[in-house]
Amino acid sequence: MAYSIVILPLIGFLISSILSFFKKNSSIDLASQIITSSFIVISAIFSFYIFVDNMVNPKILSLEIFTWIYSGSFEASWSIYLDTVTRVMLVVITFVSALVHIYSIGYMSHDESIPRFMGYLSLFTFAMIMLVTADNFLQLFFGWEGVGLASYLLIGFWYRKPSANSAAIKAFIVNRVGDFGLALAIFAIFIIFGSIDYEIVFNAAEKYKDVTIYFVGYELNAINLICYLLFIGAMGKSAQLFLHTWLPDAMEGPTPVSALIHAATMVTAGVFLVVRCSPLFDISPSAMGFVTFIGASTAFFAATIGLVQNDIKRVIAYSTCSQLGYMFVAAGLGAYGAAMFHLFTHAFFKALLFLGAGSVIHAVHEEQDIRKMGGIGTFIPITHLMMLVGTISIMGFPFTSGFYSKDAIIETAYLSHSSFSTYAYLLITAGVVMTSFYSWRLIFLVFNGKTRMDEEKYSKVHESSGVMTVPLMILALGALLFGFLFKNYFIGDYSESFWDHSIIVHHEEHHHIPFYIYYLPIVLGFLGLFIAWYMYIKNTKLASDIAKMNKPLYEFLLNKWYFDELYNFLLVRPAIWTGKILWKFLDEYIIDGFGPNGIASLAINLSNRAKKIQSGYIYHYAFAILIGLSLLITFFIFKF
Amino acid sequence: MIDFPILSTLLAIPILGILFMSLIRANNANAERNLKQTALWISFLNFIASLALLFSFDLNNPEFQFVEHYFWLDSSISYHLGVDGISILLIVLTTLLLPICILASYDSIQFAVKEYLISFLVLETFMIGVFCSLDLVLFYLFFEGGLIPMFLIIGIWGGERRVYSTFKFFLYTLAGSVFMLLAIIYIYWEAGTTNVVDLLSYNFTYSEQFYLWLAFFASFMVKIPMWPFHTWLPDAHVEAPTAGSVILAGVLLKMAGYGFIRFSIGMFPDASVFFAPMVFTLSIIAIIATSLIALVQKDMKKLIAYSSVAHMGFVTLGIFTFTLQGIEGAVIQMISHGIVSAALFLCVGVVYDRLHTREIERYGGLVNKMPFYSFAFMIFILASLGLPGTSGFVGEFLVLLSIFSVNTYFAVFATTGVVLAATYSLWLYRKVIFGALVKDDLMDILDLTKKEIIIFVPLIFLTFFIGIYPKPVIDIIEPATSNIVKNIQGKLS
Repeated sequence: MAYSIVILPLIGFLISSILSFFKKNSSIDLASQIITSSFIVISAIFSFYIFVDNMVNPKILSLEIFTWIYSGSFEASWSIYLDTVTRVMLVVITFVSALVHIYSIGYMSHDESIPRFMGYLSLFTFAMIMLVTADNFLQLFFGWEGVGLASYLLIGFWYRKPSANSAAIKAFIVNRVGDFGLALAIFAIFIIFGSIDYEIVFNAAEKYKDVTIYFVGYELNAINLICYLLFIGAMGKSAQLFLHTWLPDAMEGPTPVSALIHAATMVTAGVFLVVRCSPLFDISPSAMGFVTFIGASTAFFAATIGLVQNDIKRVIAYSTCSQLGYMFVAAGLGAYGAAMFHLFTHAFFKALLFLGAGSVIHAVHEEQDIRKMGGIGTFIPITHLMMLVGTISIMGFPFTSGFYSKDAIIETAYLSHSSFSTYAYLLITAGVVMTSFYSWRLIFLVFNGKTRMDEEKYSKVHESSGVMTVPLMILALGALLFGFLFKNYFIGDYSESFWDHSIIVHHEEHHHIPFYIYYLPIVLGFLGLFIAWYMYIKNTKLASDIAKMNKPLYEFLLNKWYFDELYNFLLVRPAIWTGKILWKFLDEYIIDGFGPNGIASLAINLSNRAKKIQSGYIYHYAFAILIGLSLLITFFIFKF
Repeated sequence: MIDFPILSTLLAIPILGILFMSLIRANNANAERNLKQTALWISFLNFIASLALLFSFDLNNPEFQFVEHYFWLDSSISYHLGVDGISILLIVLTTLLLPICILASYDSIQFAVKEYLISFLVLETFMIGVFCSLDLVLFYLFFEGGLIPMFLIIGIWGGERRVYSTFKFFLYTLAGSVFMLLAIIYIYWEAGTTNVVDLLSYNFTYSEQFYLWLAFFASFMVKIPMWPFHTWLPDAHVEAPTAGSVILAGVLLKMAGYGFIRFSIGMFPDASVFFAPMVFTLSIIAIIATSLIALVQKDMKKLIAYSSVAHMGFVTLGIFTFTLQGIEGAVIQMISHGIVSAALFLCVGVVYDRLHTREIERYGGLVNKMPFYSFAFMIFILASLGLPGTSGFVGEFLVLLSIFSVNTYFAVFATTGVVLAATYSLWLYRKVIFGALVKDDLMDILDLTKKEIIIFVPLIFLTFFIGIYPKPVIDIIEPATSNIVKNIQGKLS
């Protein structure tokens, strides 16, 4: 069963890619849709089964498939390793992936290369499963780069659009910067522990607590170094501050892709990595502080940008970025269970929001600018309702999934005494207002008020077909119920037996949380809702007035804190210039000029001169003999 | 041990093939076709023979196998052949690429077909000879002899600036090798033999090692090539016909990497340790500088040529760590690069045959018309940027792992090269393959022919095979490599 979870998406991918080479016709499209979707559905059912099975009877399953790379004492295998963390991830991945596959049948029905799209989705699912089922860091790295590749292919799926191509390349390269950290971490782990197997490394972690390593001239604590490097990898994949720029651009890809890869699964791989390596992070307080700091900063920073964006998908993308920050805060404070819990619930409500947004985009004829929508709620009631469910879950409305997981994080931050916990508490609490505000702003601008669309288009707004709305409903159930259903397992009373040593669960005495701390997030959530309502329903002029009054701030946020411009200025252009200088000046002018070409022209020059001496005239030669003779005579006279 | 002289057979088959071909006299289309067929079958026969060699290879024996030792010039200069786990793979790589080269030249070579094919077959003998010689003089003969057919291939069937490029290539490498010849003569007088097996256990004094190492290094650094002696490579690649580039990138560069492993670090370990930081520095400069240069290229072949320099930088990095992982990584990187860069040059050849330009700007949107081509190109681009699961990853990973244990500075810089590799590779792919198809002369471009598919399939298979299940390859390399590492450590201590 474990094998089939892994292998079915791969088979789906292979079949679908073969189909994609055939000439387009509807039966081939249908075949690829049915094959890939049904394979993933089976995979999802199996995953759910082993997940529930594990809740009843926790056990670790470890299968080695075959050796991958070995060399001397280094060895890494292809493997399947199932503990609770993996099982949770498998449920999230296959469940969302199955729904996205089905949704895509409707969403992409008019596309010209359906098998290719379905194949890429399955490829992604396969790579993501490889990532989470690894029992060593190298297979993790395989999955890590594999999902990067699938993301690259899917963002650039509409390859005729130049913007999609640029976004795809940007995503891959920014991720590679993160991978650079991860790769170095793997090297360091091998040097320190002599192995890259999770089991060996994690069991030995405590023993190597005070080992130091020389790294670029500094003597550093090895565990600290490894954790920082691992986290650089996580920052790239999870789009945290400084390495976040690719995520909003990734919205160039088709919307189901955004839901699957850039909301529910791939971007959470960074959180998974930190949680998976909790035995390492837990003994490195400084790295933990850094994780908290970056997480909290991202949660705040991305939320501020989300406030003013006008592209429906980019709003949600920044929201994802911000929510990932919440997860890192939890992980950084040692509440790995809470981080996984938020990862779990977030997957459902965020995928719901994205797929809902896809349905909206479909309804309004591929328009993505929310300023050009409005008042379409009555035409697409199901989508409207589903989006509302997603929104109340993300704002933390009591008893929804988002409420439980987000509250757990905020409470952890309040109670914790780790470094940066106060900083994190303040920023993520402020984030709650903003989250609620931008989510409701989106809802109000899209569904309520007077429409800002053309008459003709407005009259053609239509609800999506069942193949798209049913996945929405299933996700909505998750967004509403899963928090309540699973909270005792992830963070509550059963957490220790549930996690079964797959992560570190800290026991802290239950501090009494003041009631105002407990209710504050709820109140703040409603405050955000109220402001959004006031600005976009009640007094619609207010928003533009505020924007005008604070123009510099507004521009600053609208332009995403100018990160792209900064990187372009600091990295991209210098790289191109250096390349040109190295090529034209160093290679062609200096090296060739003084090297081969220089020597060649020197040889020609010298031989030209030598040629002139041999003129063939007797008197030239006689003259030369005369000079030579006189020099010789002079020499002998003076010598003796 | 099998008594059948299989290595000599490998050397002889191409030469016998040439004799056959010289019997075909007529000068018409029919004769040309016969010539091509003959050359193809001869090279294919040699490939089969090398597979026989591979399968009768004893994995547990770290010594040289299939040894042939005959009296030649005097008692100490002899015709001495043999292979170990490292050289045998490079021989198979050579014999694999040769039929592919001949197949790739079927339509693109328009004149002097016979001479062209003969050049390739002669080249094959020389290249195999390099990898199986166990005598320095013999090695030198094969090493330098290979220059002649390559000189002709670039100089006669090359592009517009072929004469400049081929002279640059020839003189550059020759100049480097002169020092190696001097060193070999010195070794002969000093050690009294040019037998490699004896020399590997011979102890040179420290100062001897110093100068001899430099002399060998001069030859190999030009050939591999290392920065700053790399400028002949882009020129040679750009002007060479497709098959010439394939052999140049696929095999000729590996001769130098092989030389480093076999001679430099084996015979002169103290000097190698002494010079290792210099080699690292040059390799790092090569990796970063040439990657940055690749980023701004306008010519597809030049871009891939520069990326070759960067990839070979990983090879030299790995070799001079003197660790098992490093040397194994370097060998795998050489084999992988032999497959992948050869395939990339073939990819350029495919569109060059159709449009007769290598300028990146002239292309764009090819995926609309050439799905199979785009698929193959994508795989090799991914392998070239070292995606896990492709052959490019295994070697690079092992090299980086070993360099990290030696020096973290170099590890950090070398790993930066991996990011840059992704940048220029994906940029190239995007410019050529993606986008809308708007350029007029691209409208009727045709996808891969059957022949081209036959060329690419084995290369794609090997790319994935080495990437996903490299164990059989490592099994072959490991005994020989650990033998080399042991030998070095024994000499150093």
